[in-house]
Parts: sequence; C-alpha cells; structure tokens
Amino acid sequence: MTRTLAEINEKIRKGQAVVATAEEVIGIVEKKGIEKATRELDVVTTATFGPMCSSGAYFNVGHSKPRIKLGGGNTYLNDVPVYTGFAAVDFFLGATAMPDNDPRNRIYPGEFLYGGGHVIEELVAGKNVRFVGTGYGTDCYPRKKIETTINLKNINEAVLFNMRNAYQNYNVGVNLSDKTIYTYMGMLKPNLGNANYCSAGQLSPLLKDPYYKTIGIGTRIFLGGGIGYVAWQGTQHSPGALRTENGVPKRGAGTLAVIGDLKQMKPEWLRGVSFLGYGCTLTVGIGVPIPILSEDNLRYAAVKDEDIFAPIVDYSDAYPQRKPDVLGEVSYGQLKSGKIEVKGKEVPTASLSSYSKAVEIAQTLKDWIQKGQFLLTEPVAPLPGVEAGITFKPLDERS
Amino acid sequence: MAVSKRIVLHFPRSCVDQPIIYRLVKDHGLMLNILKASVSPNEEGLMVLELSGDRENYEKGVRYLTDIGISIQPLSRDINRNDARCTHCGACVTVCPSGAFVVEPVSRKIKFLDKKCMVCGMCIRACPPRAMEMRI
Repeated sequence: MTRTLAEINEKIRKGQAVVATAEEVIGIVEKKGIEKATRELDVVTTATFGPMCSSGAYFNVGHSKPRIKLGGGNTYLNDVPVYTGFAAVDFFLGATAMPDNDPRNRIYPGEFLYGGGHVIEELVAGKNVRFVGTGYGTDCYPRKKIETTINLKNINEAVLFNMRNAYQNYNVGVNLSDKTIYTYMGMLKPNLGNANYCSAGQLSPLLKDPYYKTIGIGTRIFLGGGIGYVAWQGTQHSPGALRTENGVPKRGAGTLAVIGDLKQMKPEWLRGVSFLGYGCTLTVGIGVPIPILSEDNLRYAAVKDEDIFAPIVDYSDAYPQRKPDVLGEVSYGQLKSGKIEVKGKEVPTASLSSYSKAVEIAQTLKDWIQKGQFLLTEPVAPLPGVEAGITFKPLDERS
Repeated sequence: MAVSKRIVLHFPRSCVDQPIIYRLVKDHGLMLNILKASVSPNEEGLMVLELSGDRENYEKGVRYLTDIGISIQPLSRDINRNDARCTHCGACVTVCPSGAFVVEPVSRKIKFLDKKCMVCGMCIRACPPRAMEMRI
C-alpha cells in the first residue's frame, strides 16, 4: 500500500486527514499491525523541545535619519553583541552571545543569566529591546552612534535561522572524575552521580525518519510556535553514524538547519536558558510532520524508546579530550525509567529536553493538520543520506 | 530556657573533614537530629539539622559553627516554582539531594514535592530556564 503526498494534502484540505503523534503511532501499530495502520494513517507528527545552541536570528531594523552603517562598529541588543558584517542595518544575533561585561566563568561556575536566547525570547514576547549601535561614519552613512529601542512589530524583518537543530540522537553525559563538572549537559555530579540525556527519543523528528526519506530541504515545519522550513542539512550532519539493525542511529547523526519568521513565533516555544558554568542558549520547539507514504516509512515512524539507543560519554575526560571512548549504550526506555547502569553502578538519569513539551508540540501540529491549516510539502531536494559518504571531520591543527 | 530550631548548614570544602556533630554534642551539650545531609570529600557540604538545647548553649553552638566558616540559614525559607517558566525538562531531578522533583511516568511532567524540599537551593542555578525561586 502506498500513497502520495498530493493525496494526503487533498485529505488535509477536506479536513479528513488521519493524524497521530509519533508517540500515539507506536500503540496504533502494535494494535493494528503495520499493514492496517499504513492504510489508515496519513501523517505522523514528531517534535522536540530542547536547548539548541546553534540557533540565532537575523534582523533588518530599517534606516535611521541620518543613516548609520552598523558594520565596522559594535551593535548590542539589551547589551548582547550582534554580528554586523553585512549591509548597513542587517545583523545576526546568536543564541549563546552574552554581554561584554558578563563575568563568564571568572566566578566559577558562572551563572550566564542573560544572552542572545533571552533577547530572542523577549522579542517574541513583544517586549521592547534596547538597541545601541556605533559606526565609523562614511559619506553615505554619516552617523556614528544610535541608541533607541526596537520592537518586533516595528522592524522590517526578524528571521529565526538555526544552523543546527533537532540532532538525530545525542550523548548521555556522565562524570567519572571526583569533582562536580558544569557542562552543556548540565551539572554532572562526581563518580557517576547522575546521567543526563537530551533527546525526545521516540518523538524526535529525525529518529522517526532515520534515512531522511520524507524530511528534506523545503519541508514545512512547526518552528518556535510559528511555521518554518527545513533550509538545509544542519552543520555536523553526519548520516554515516553507527546505526542499529532497525536503521536508527546510535550516535549523534543527522541534523537540520531551519528557518522561519520570528514575528509569528511565541515565547513559550523559544525560551532563553542558562547552563551553570557553561553558558546561555535557546531552547527551541520544533515539530516535523512525516507523511505516511509506505509501510516501510510507517515502520520507521513507529520505532519506540526501547529500540533507540544512545551512547554514554564521560564529560570529565573523554569528551573534552576528544577521545572516542563510549562507556556503553542505553535505550531511551532505560533512560526514562529514571536509572541506568554504568560500570556496574546504578546511576539516576535526568533529561534536558522536555518530553512533555515535545508531546504538546506534536499535538499542536496534529491539530493544525486535522483542521486543514497546515499542508505538507514535498522536499525540493533530499538531505544527504548514508550514501553521501559524509564523515564527521575533527579539526587537526597544522603548523 | 530550652530552644529547638531547624537550620540549614552550608559548609565550605575546608570544613567537610571536621567532626562538627561531635563538637556540638560534646562541647556544647546540644541534642540534634540530622534531617538531611550531603557531605563528600572536596565538595561543599549541606546539612539540615534540628538543633535543641539550652538557649545559651544553642547560641554558643551556632557561634562555633559560624566561626569555623559554616553559613547557617533558618529552615523558614521556601523554594517556589514559577510554573510559567518551567519547561518540564527534568534538569532538576538528579540535582536535588532530597528527591523533591519527580517525573510523572505518563505525562513526563516534573512534579515539585515541596514537602520533601529542604531548601538547599541547588535547583535554582541548575534550572536552565531559572524557574525555581527562593522566597524568604
């Protein structure tokens, strides 16, 4: 049994599409079998809500009178520096940027209470943000300083553009040393005191389409509460990563670069967050629909936590020293039970990615599709697959 | 006059190897009940005590503790969760020494059991969206 994307969209337009979340589909397939479930289901909605550091937004704030060229000077939004190396009033704000006077880790562990992710959250919440810029002055852009406030509703463009999101699987972080460490995987207690993971597992977009058969460049998605698109494969996209027999990667593998209109988004789904001793970032909500075109495609979408495995990595030594050592593999089913076993020791687990928020996103996207408000798109080009032979390159220093 | 108070002790690393409980009992004649303790070598330590005895001895005992560098808070503070900021990620779950955060098995939402909270404040800085707040 196969169906086309055009047929699915026709059903969506008529309000007749049958949609299940990536969590619900597991039970449906178990109960009805793959053949019957494929006949009945049109779309499976996947989602994730987790900290994603390679996120940011670009802006065009319009021209002041007289004009200023921000490039070559320094520009700040609520004291957070932005990158201005473009035309006069275009700039990019990164999620992990922080004010010049933030103490960082000088008082260890640093708190990192405010940064680019927080500015993005405040902007989408409709708040005014202080905009301060300097330039060097030219004949056509004579002004050298500007201080005002900007609001999303008054500027030309505000576009969320994240170069790496929605990692297809991720490490489980632990600490083998005898002191607490502060990492992007959270606070890791000494001597295997805890294990932190960060994936929505059975709800996560690329884990439900492991070979990128339906998700590709141009796929329309839920992004930060609005509508966005897959722009490209994300940075570090590594389709050749180790996989289990069911095709699901056992290591960080594929990634997505995504783009969307920030003006449509909501602070609930773009949240500025702080990692003690590490830095600040943005927690991003993403939902991706998977059209059910074939039985194979549904079989992948119905994979459950118990069959998805993640590597356990020591963040006190192996990770910082870029050693390939993995302490073992555990399933998301085990991780969600609240404890795993590492080196013979029972270790309590915690998640950094919010599963309950991911469920909400998958439900919202399901609702949009059922109401006929969200049509699926055919990718304009596929993401590089295993056959592309992409390897994840380290940086080896040369003299 | 006798007093009985619940207090939270924060120890710097340098105090972790000192027999403070022994000193409180032996030198100051106080009775104590350890409600919670989290002390390990080379780490900052934390202990919640119910300390009782004669008022004069109680004050001397507290002075002894502060003199060696232990900071003391009454257990009258309160940790509160700002539900509008909580994303239910779970970063607090293993950081909390008293098990006050529980993952609900079906919804995967994080429940905050304030009765189990011993107001150590560990969750405040470990919470990525900074949803946990200290109320005094």
